Amino acid sequence: MDSQAIATHPDQAHAEHEHSPYLRHHFANLEQQKETSTFGMWLFLLTEIMFFGGLFCAYLIYRNWYYPAFVAGSHQLSIGLGAFNTAVLICSSFTMAMGVHAAEMRWRKPLIGWLLATIFLGCVFLGVKAIEYNEKWEKHHVPGLNFSAAGFTKQDPKYPEDRPLAPDMAEKTQVYFSLYFAMTGMHALHMVIGVSILVILVFRAWAGAYTQGHMTTVENFGLYWHFVDIVWIFLFPLLYLISRHQ
Amino acid sequence: MHFISPVLWQFLVNWLTHFALFPPEASTIAPHADALYFFLVAISLVGLVLVLALVAGFSFLYRQERNPVATQIEGSTLLEATWTIIPLALFMLAFVWGAWLYFRIYNPPTNAMNIYIVGKQWMWKAEHPGGQHEIDSLHVPLGRPIQLTMISQDVFHSFSIPAFRVKREVIPGRYTTVWFEATQEGTYHLFCTQYCGTLHSQMIGTITVMKPDDYEAWTEGSTSGMSLAQNGERLFASMGCNACHSGSAAARGPNLAEVYMTKVQMTNGSYSTVDDAFLRDSILNPTMHQMAGYAPIMPTYQGQISEEGMIDLVEYIKKLNSNYRIQQTLNTSQVQSSAQNPAPSQSSNQGRAQQTAPTAPGMVKP
Amino acid sequence: MSTILSLPDQTTATLPKRSYLNDGYGLKSWLLTGDHKRIAILYLISITIFFFIGGFFAGMVRLELLTPPTDLMAADTYNKMFTMHGIVMVFLFLVPSVPATIGNFLIPIMVGAKDLAFPKINLLSWYLYVVGGVLTLSALILGGVDTGWTFTTPLSTHYLNTHVVTAGLAIFVAGFSSIFTGLNFIVTVHRMRAPGMTWFRLPLFVWSHYAASVLMVLGTPVLAITLVLVVLEKVIGIGVFDPAKGGDPLLFQHLFWFYSHPAVYIMILPGMGVISEVISTFARKRVFGYTAVAFSSVAIAVFAFFVWAHHMFIMGISNYSALVFSLLTMLVAVPSAIKIFNWSFTLYKGSITFETPMLYAFGFIGLFTIGGLTGVFLGSMGMDIHLTETYFIVAHFHFVMVGGMLMAFLSGVHFWWPKMTGRMYPEGLSKLAALITFIGFNLTFFPQFILGYLGMPRRYAAYPPEFQVLNVLSTAGATVLGVGYLLPMLYLTWSLKYGKIAGANPWQATGLEWQIQSPPLTTNFEETPVIDYEAYDYEWLANKTKHEVQTVG
Repeated sequence: MDSQAIATHPDQAHAEHEHSPYLRHHFANLEQQKETSTFGMWLFLLTEIMFFGGLFCAYLIYRNWYYPAFVAGSHQLSIGLGAFNTAVLICSSFTMAMGVHAAEMRWRKPLIGWLLATIFLGCVFLGVKAIEYNEKWEKHHVPGLNFSAAGFTKQDPKYPEDRPLAPDMAEKTQVYFSLYFAMTGMHALHMVIGVSILVILVFRAWAGAYTQGHMTTVENFGLYWHFVDIVWIFLFPLLYLISRHQ
Repeated sequence: MHFISPVLWQFLVNWLTHFALFPPEASTIAPHADALYFFLVAISLVGLVLVLALVAGFSFLYRQERNPVATQIEGSTLLEATWTIIPLALFMLAFVWGAWLYFRIYNPPTNAMNIYIVGKQWMWKAEHPGGQHEIDSLHVPLGRPIQLTMISQDVFHSFSIPAFRVKREVIPGRYTTVWFEATQEGTYHLFCTQYCGTLHSQMIGTITVMKPDDYEAWTEGSTSGMSLAQNGERLFASMGCNACHSGSAAARGPNLAEVYMTKVQMTNGSYSTVDDAFLRDSILNPTMHQMAGYAPIMPTYQGQISEEGMIDLVEYIKKLNSNYRIQQTLNTSQVQSSAQNPAPSQSSNQGRAQQTAPTAPGMVKP
Repeated sequence: MSTILSLPDQTTATLPKRSYLNDGYGLKSWLLTGDHKRIAILYLISITIFFFIGGFFAGMVRLELLTPPTDLMAADTYNKMFTMHGIVMVFLFLVPSVPATIGNFLIPIMVGAKDLAFPKINLLSWYLYVVGGVLTLSALILGGVDTGWTFTTPLSTHYLNTHVVTAGLAIFVAGFSSIFTGLNFIVTVHRMRAPGMTWFRLPLFVWSHYAASVLMVLGTPVLAITLVLVVLEKVIGIGVFDPAKGGDPLLFQHLFWFYSHPAVYIMILPGMGVISEVISTFARKRVFGYTAVAFSSVAIAVFAFFVWAHHMFIMGISNYSALVFSLLTMLVAVPSAIKIFNWSFTLYKGSITFETPMLYAFGFIGLFTIGGLTGVFLGSMGMDIHLTETYFIVAHFHFVMVGGMLMAFLSGVHFWWPKMTGRMYPEGLSKLAALITFIGFNLTFFPQFILGYLGMPRRYAAYPPEFQVLNVLSTAGATVLGVGYLLPMLYLTWSLKYGKIAGANPWQATGLEWQIQSPPLTTNFEETPVIDYEAYDYEWLANKTKHEVQTVG
C-alpha cells in the first residue's frame, strides 16, 4: 500500500511516451503501467477467491453434517486420476513459470514452446476430467440427472473397511456429488478459459509481442494460471482424500 | 409500559387503534413490543428533529446574504465523540431491549399448549392435539400460553399475527416455533408474510380468541374423532415402528415411553435433547441421530410420511407414558415377528441390505 | 434568492472547440471508446432507460394496490411486476447509478489522472451491463420472472416455471460489470493519483467510491456463485438447497444475503460521496470532520460484511446468532450517523446558497436520516419480529434507496451536469422538480410505515379493506413522484441544446474537475497536475481566482 502518489516528473513522462510503443496514453511511465496491471490482476484473483469461497463454505457445512456420506462419495473418485491431474497441473504451473522467464529473457521460440507445453498439460487435465465425469455418469453418480444412491447401501468390495450406509445417509451422497460437480466444474471452466487465452497468447508471442521487454500480459496470465492451480490443490484433498488411510 | 401512566397508555393505544394506525394489542407481548416501538419512534423523532433543526437553523443563520464569507473549520474531536457515543448508546439500548423482546417471543414457557401448523401453497393447516383440524383459521383460548410448532410442505412461508406482534418463518425440512398468550377476545388477521408464489396474498386467515369455556365447547364440537396422538398411534403400528421400539429389554430400538425432552447420549458421545425437531429428524434421517448402544439399522421414512403424519407421530411419542399399548399391538397385529430379522446384539459388518419399514397388509396408509 | 452560480458572458461564450464530446464522431467512436467520460455517458443513457422500465413496473404495482382485491391484473402478473421492479431497480439502476456514471466520469479527474487504470475493462464492464440488461429484458418479454428480487429457494428452484434461469444468468453477467467497475476504481485510486495527491487530499467522493468498490469486488462474486448454484439446481437438479435431497434452503439465504447486504452499502456509499461534494460547495466550506467522514466510509464497508443475517432474524437462526448480528447491525449504523452530523455541521458558519443540487442534498439528509433510523428499528431483533416482511421494510428501504440514493444521484447529475455537457440546466424548473419529487416521495412512502406496523405484508396483491386509505395515499404520491422524475428527463435533454454555457467552474467549487474546461478534454488535463493543497481548500481557490491563474500544475 502506498501513501504517496506515484510521483513522476512531467518531462520524464513525455520522454518515455515518445519511446515505448507499449506505453498506454493514460500512464505516466511503463513502470506505473506494469505495477498497475499487476495490482489489477491480484485484485481480480481476490474476487475469484470470493467466488470459489461460496462453494468452499457450502462444502464445509455439508461435510460437517454428512461426514459418512462424504467419505463414501470421496471413495468413489479415482485417487490415481486425481493425483495424476494434480501432478499435471503442478507441471503446467512450472511450464508457465518457465514461459514467463523466457519472455523476460526475450527468447521467443522457447516462450512459445513453454506456452504450448502449458496448453498441452492443461488439455491433459481436462481430458482426464472428462474421463472422470464420464465414469460418474456410468455409475449413476451425476446428481439430478441420473443419480442413484443404491450402490452406497451395499458393501463396496474395494473398500472393505467402509461400512455400507444407512439409506438416509446414502441419499446424502447426492449432496457430495453436487458439490463435486459444482466445484470441479467451476474449476474446469476456469481451465478452459485459461487454455483459450493461452492459445491467443501463443499467436501474439509468435508475432513477437512479449519478447521485446514488455511481458506484463504473460506475467499476469501466469498469475491467473497459478491461481487456478492453487484452487485445484485445495480441491484435490477436500474432494478426493477424505478418510483415505488405507 | 408500567412506568408511564396507564391512562395515557390506554388513550394512546385506543386512539391509534381507532384510527387504524395500529393493530390491536391482543397478546401479552404486544404492549412490550409497542413500548419498544414508541421508544424507537421517540428517539428517531428526537434525532430527526435535531438534524432538521441543525440544517434549517444553519441554513437560515448562515445563508449567503447573511454570511457572505464562510469560516473554514477543520472539525471538532469533541463533537465527533459526542455524536458517535450518544447514538451508539441509544442504539445499544435498542439492541438490549430488542434482544430481551426477541428472547421473550421465541422462548415459550414450559406450560404452553402446543398446536401444530402446516403451511403449504396456499393455505394454513392448524392441528390441535385433540384432533381438531382447521384450514386458514386458528381458534385459541384466552389467557393460556400457546406454542405453535410449524413446518412447511413446500416453500418458505411465514406465519404472522400482527395483533399479537408475533411472526415466524415456516420452513420446509425443519420445525420452527413461536408462542403467544392472547389477552383479548376477538378475531384477528393471520397473514403469510413470506412470498410463496401465485396466491401468496390469499394465504390469509383468522385467529379467533375465545374464552376458555367457549374454547372447550368449540374443541368438543369440531373434533374429527381421533386426537393427533391417537392417529399417531395407528401410524406407529402400521409403519412398523412398534417392531423395534417395543419397549422390551431386548428391543432393537430405544424405548420411547417418556423419552420426550430427556437428554440422551449419541454414539459419538455427545448429548442431545429429545425435542420435536429431534423426533422428526430421527424418523427421516436416523443416521444423524444414532443413539449410543443401538445398532444403526433404523430405516428412513423420507418420502413415506406426510408432514401431517409426522406431526401425528411426534405428538404420539410426546404423550407416550408407557409401552403397554405398543406391546398389545405387537401381540395382536400381523407385523412380521422378530424371528425374521437378525439379532441386533452384535453390530455386524456384513453388507446387510437395509430393509424398508415392514408394513403389514391392510394397514392404514400414513 | 442569491446564488453562487457564476456563468461566463452568454453573448460571447461558446463551448470549447475541443472536448471529449467532439473527439471523434460516429457510433463506432462511442461504442469502442476507451474514454472513461464517454463510457460514463453510455452508462447514463442505459441506466436511465432501465430506471424508467423499473419505474413503469412500480407504477403497475401501485395501480393494483389502489383497491383491496386483485382486480387490475392476475396474481401471477402482479408477482412478476414487483419482481421485475426489484430486479431492474436494484441491479440495473441503483448499483451502477452513481459509480458507473458520475464515478466513472469523475474519479480519474479527481485523482488527477488521464483515465481509469483499465479503460478497456471499463468498456467491457459497460457491455456486460448491457448484456445483463438485455437478458433481463428478454426474461421479461419471454414471460417474466416472479421469484421476487431475492430469488428465494425452494420457490425459485422447484416451484416456479417462469424464466428464473434467464434472470439469474442476467444478474450473473451484470454482477461482473459491477466487479470490473470496482476493480478499476480501486486500482486507479491506488496507482494513478497525480503527484502530491495523497490519500487525505482526495475528495470525499473518491473515498466513498473506494469503499463501495471494495464491497463490489469482495461481495459480488458470492452473489455470482449463489446464482450459479440456483441455476444448476433448477436445470440439472442438484440438491444443494433442497431439503428432500439433504440440502438446506437456509444456506441459500446466507449466501444470498452475504452479498445483498453489502450491496445496499454499494448503493448508498457513492451517493454519500456526492452529498459531501455538494454540501461543501454550496456552503463554501471544507467538509466538517474530513477524516471522520473518510474513515466512516471505510468503517461502513468493513462492518457491512458482518451483518447479513439481520435479514434472517425470524428464519430459524439460533437466538444467539441473532444476538451477534443485531449487535453488529447497531454498530454499522453509527458511521452513517456520524456522517449526517458532519454534513449538518459543515453548514455551520458557512455561506449557504440553495441551488438545486443543494436542495436534493437537503432532501437526502432528511430522508436518509428517517430511513437509516428505521433501519435501527429493524436491527432491534425483537422489534424486527413484528416489522419484518411487512410494508415497514418496504418503506425503510425506499427511504434509504429512493429518498437517499436517488436524491443523491439527482443531486450529482445536476451538480456535474455543467461539467459533463458544458451547459447549465434551467434552475427554476429544476427546483420545482426537486420540490415535487420530495413531496411525492413522502406521500408515497410515509404511509407505508404505518401500513407495516398495522401488519400489511409485502408482495401482496390483495389486502384487507381497512388498509385501503393508506394505500390510496401511497399511490397518489407515486403519481406525483413520477412527475418529479419525468421533469428532469425533459429539461436536461432540452438543456443539451438550449442550456446556458457553463464555463469551467460555474459553481466556483474546489476540486480538480472544476479547474479544467467544461466539457473536459479527452485527456482531461493538458499537463499532469501537481497538488500542493488540501481538498476543499476554498482559500486556495480564492487566491487562485484572484490572480486569475487558469492553468494547472
